[in-house]
Amino acid sequence: MKTYLLFPDRDPPPPTAVGPLQQALLQDLDLATVVGAMSAGDPELLRIATAVLLAPAPPAAVVAFRQDVLDDCLRAPTTARKLYALAADALAEERRIWGWSEHSASSVLLRSLQVLGVFLGALRRLIELARAEGPALRSAGFRRLVAELDTELDDAFFREAAAHMERLRHRSPLLLSTGVGPEARPTEFTLRAPREERRRAWQRLLPARRSPRTVVIGDRDETGHRYLGDLTDRGLEPAAAALGRAADHLLQFLQAFRDEVGFYVGALNLADRLAATGNPVCRPRLDRADGPACDAQGLFDVGLALHLGRPVVANDVLAGGRRLVLLTGANRGGKSTLLRALGLAQLMAQAGLFVGARGYVGGVATGVYTHFRRAEDPGMTRGKLEEELARLRTITEAITPGALLLCNESLSSTNEQEGSEIADQVVRALVGHRVTVYYVTFLFEFADAWQRRAPQECLCLRVERRSDGSRSFRLVPGAPLPTSFAEDLYHQIWDAPPGPGAIRVDRDGSRRSPSGASFRAPTASPAEGGAAEGGP
Amino acid sequence: MSVHPAFSVLWPPGVVPSGHEEADAIFPDLNLGVLFEAALVGRERYDLRPFFSEPLASVEAIVYRQEVARDLEGPGVREAIDRFAAAMADAHAERERAEQRTYRYQRLVGALAALLHYGDAVEALARALPAAGPRSAGLRALGVDLAAYVAGPEFRSRLDTARAVDGELSGVAYALRIDGTRIGVEPFAGEADYSVEVERTFARFRQHGTKEYRFRSHGFDEFNHVEEEIFDHVVTLFPAPFAHLETVAAGVADFFDPVVLRFEREVQFLLSYLDLIAPLRAAGLGFAYPEVTPGPSEISVGATFDLALAGSAGRHDAPVVANEVRLSGPERVLVVTGPNQGGKTTFARSVGQLCYLARLGVPVPGEEARLPLCDRVFTLFDRAERPEELQGKLEEELHRAREILRRATPASVIVLNESFSSTSLSDAVFLGRKVLGAIIERGARAVYVTFADELATVDPAAVSVVAQVRPDDPTVRTFRVIRAAADGRAFATAIAAKYGLSYAQLAAGLPS
Repeated sequence: MKTYLLFPDRDPPPPTAVGPLQQALLQDLDLATVVGAMSAGDPELLRIATAVLLAPAPPAAVVAFRQDVLDDCLRAPTTARKLYALAADALAEERRIWGWSEHSASSVLLRSLQVLGVFLGALRRLIELARAEGPALRSAGFRRLVAELDTELDDAFFREAAAHMERLRHRSPLLLSTGVGPEARPTEFTLRAPREERRRAWQRLLPARRSPRTVVIGDRDETGHRYLGDLTDRGLEPAAAALGRAADHLLQFLQAFRDEVGFYVGALNLADRLAATGNPVCRPRLDRADGPACDAQGLFDVGLALHLGRPVVANDVLAGGRRLVLLTGANRGGKSTLLRALGLAQLMAQAGLFVGARGYVGGVATGVYTHFRRAEDPGMTRGKLEEELARLRTITEAITPGALLLCNESLSSTNEQEGSEIADQVVRALVGHRVTVYYVTFLFEFADAWQRRAPQECLCLRVERRSDGSRSFRLVPGAPLPTSFAEDLYHQIWDAPPGPGAIRVDRDGSRRSPSGASFRAPTASPAEGGAAEGGP
Repeated sequence: MSVHPAFSVLWPPGVVPSGHEEADAIFPDLNLGVLFEAALVGRERYDLRPFFSEPLASVEAIVYRQEVARDLEGPGVREAIDRFAAAMADAHAERERAEQRTYRYQRLVGALAALLHYGDAVEALARALPAAGPRSAGLRALGVDLAAYVAGPEFRSRLDTARAVDGELSGVAYALRIDGTRIGVEPFAGEADYSVEVERTFARFRQHGTKEYRFRSHGFDEFNHVEEEIFDHVVTLFPAPFAHLETVAAGVADFFDPVVLRFEREVQFLLSYLDLIAPLRAAGLGFAYPEVTPGPSEISVGATFDLALAGSAGRHDAPVVANEVRLSGPERVLVVTGPNQGGKTTFARSVGQLCYLARLGVPVPGEEARLPLCDRVFTLFDRAERPEELQGKLEEELHRAREILRRATPASVIVLNESFSSTSLSDAVFLGRKVLGAIIERGARAVYVTFADELATVDPAAVSVVAQVRPDDPTVRTFRVIRAAADGRAFATAIAAKYGLSYAQLAAGLPS
């Protein structure tokens, strides 16, 4: 009996340990905000959402399968939530049932009886719910599940299970068969089903059938009673193991059921939260075979929307099959936000979720990687460029054709010429290797060379600059410009009257209070110096 | 086996083991004690220690044992004997346990098991040994004796009966009916396996890879009184098999033949040594069965090494350095010089090991080994460490040297390590000359490790060998010991140059 709501014909792969690359992805895309909204405070939902979002992307057909299941849930949210609660409650109750040892047949037997009691109760409620709500569900996933539950959880099963449990609850009488083993000890005991099964309450009043050869344990015979207990334990071992395995299998089934349904409950939670922000979402199409480069309308950063709780800036990214998207333009113009929006949309879409956009067409990525500029680490022993190159190396060792790489100011820790040269070589190699690259950069030489050499191969988006100089935080198609708009800020601050309140602004837009000693000569160019500074 | 009641796989007919005295003295110095202890591990029950201290005294005896050892290296023979050993171990274990039991039927069932294991072991060996085609006189004779033994009426009828009774007993199937405090004993009547029914009901929930339940094992204790009572009922339910058991299991100890038991033990001596060197062979180190010749003849072994050092744990990463050992014609003594920690003592030890191991009849480290049949190996190693005993130490060393020379013959081998180093160089040279002279005069062979270069040229019968360093970096020892003139000064100069302290460097570099 299988749930099969994430894959039409198999269990989801067991979650792998979160490696450094996935850790970077979590951090760079601010996935915590999204999975946090999906969990609504339930730690199980948090675990499930994280696992599914970080799992390798399934084929496009499976994505569509999940989207159908999700549509069912969006139409009947109460049913999905009830299914989840039913499994979660049973599992919580199971954890409270105590056993003193996994190596004692009595302990395993008693615990398994209790656990099966809880689980069979849950299964009864499950089949009732499935029979009541099943007809309203349209997705292939739910239809298969309901049909299987209907077959497997028939009345005969519940009757048989109850009969076994009743028999094993009364540990006596027992019939054990055995033979003469080493040292004259009994060989393995086999628990037998006695033939006079029908001897019930009224028959117990009659004298029981007695074997002519009987050993009777006296009341004060301590050794004898200990041995009798031990013998009973040994005799019950195979049955205890069978019952223990049954409980374990049911535990696994309910855990898988809780997890798979839980993913969709997480999706419902996220949908509720996003609906409250007033940002529209859509069911994406991921049927492009040539890679993840997308055409998106009204794309927004789901994480930002959740943080702000109101409508946020949306952009159109129409890559039209081009494998390189270059995002350029002024500081704090919305480039990083759009990059995150692209990454989140890809991850959510291929997990089977809706995306933060009005329309989205793309393809499944064989992997999603991020290479973001890291904040300076004072404890770092290696040079910054070396650190960047080392991370990039790890990515290029793992990346495969059809993958997506999101770069945020990669290779900006050296001078522009060197950074551009390295970036150009890396990106040329990756794109030639059928990797899709979304790249936020200030490296003009790099961006300009691509745009001149192969304009049909790359989409260049630039921060929109209004005529009055103010920012819309939108990106529009446009060739990269030779100077960064950090110059704006630079002059803004540089030209301001000198004073202690001057503010230093980094390229990424973060503000820091000045510490006089670190000020560099005011002639440092933003492109080379990496920062525009204000000072006395 | 009445044919050869004194048959041994280690000593040819007519040769008896002798002498432990030598071994006690030289094992610590040559590190052989540690080595042999390692060989004993896992074979404690065979009490093999004495064999390592009983070297052979004739070429004939050495060849007899070498042939057996060669046979044991063949896979067929080895496999046959390993199976035999395993089955015999089971037989002994069953017998010992059965003898400790008090309940009659536990004793009898255990004795029957011991008897069956013993019978299986001997029968299988009698079949497999000749089939493996041994070439040694020892194993061929054993094969002939075993064939006669297992075909003999006594062995045959006893074992056949035992197997029949075992079959009867495994056919006994009974059931216990537990109801409250009553345990009924009855013949098993073919009722269905209940746990299978439980499994079937819940099979629909089967998921992949759930854990298996492992319950506490129930030990092999004595029967308690309830078990005895139950079993008494079983015996009355199935009287025939147990009556037969009584007959066949009585007096099982007589069934174990002393010649078989002696072989069981003795063969393990050779196996223990072969197993000890197997990993070294696998690592590419060479071993050879030495050609041993009587009387004072040459020592010639290629690529030999210190077996104790090579075999010690934790050394697997460091390469083992192999050296040649040759003494021929009038040559009597190898005088070993060279830098500290350069492999001098290791080299000397390996010579002593070669001579002793050859007399155990086992393969020795090295290639194309030719060794004289030495009557005894002596060692004179530096002992005390405390400086205040220097006087006493020198005196004690001289005493020991004199005692060795008193007892040594032209067929003896003497290993001297840093002898007389606790005195001045001139004293060491003086004493060394005297001792070397005495050794050469006696006609014995020796290895003499010393820091005194002068001893290397003391006599035409003394050959100088030197532990080498890397020519380009004199701080790196190669542990190679080769024939060369002793020249301690050349080494010192090179070392100094590396640290910029040679004469030329200092003369040119120091401020004037």
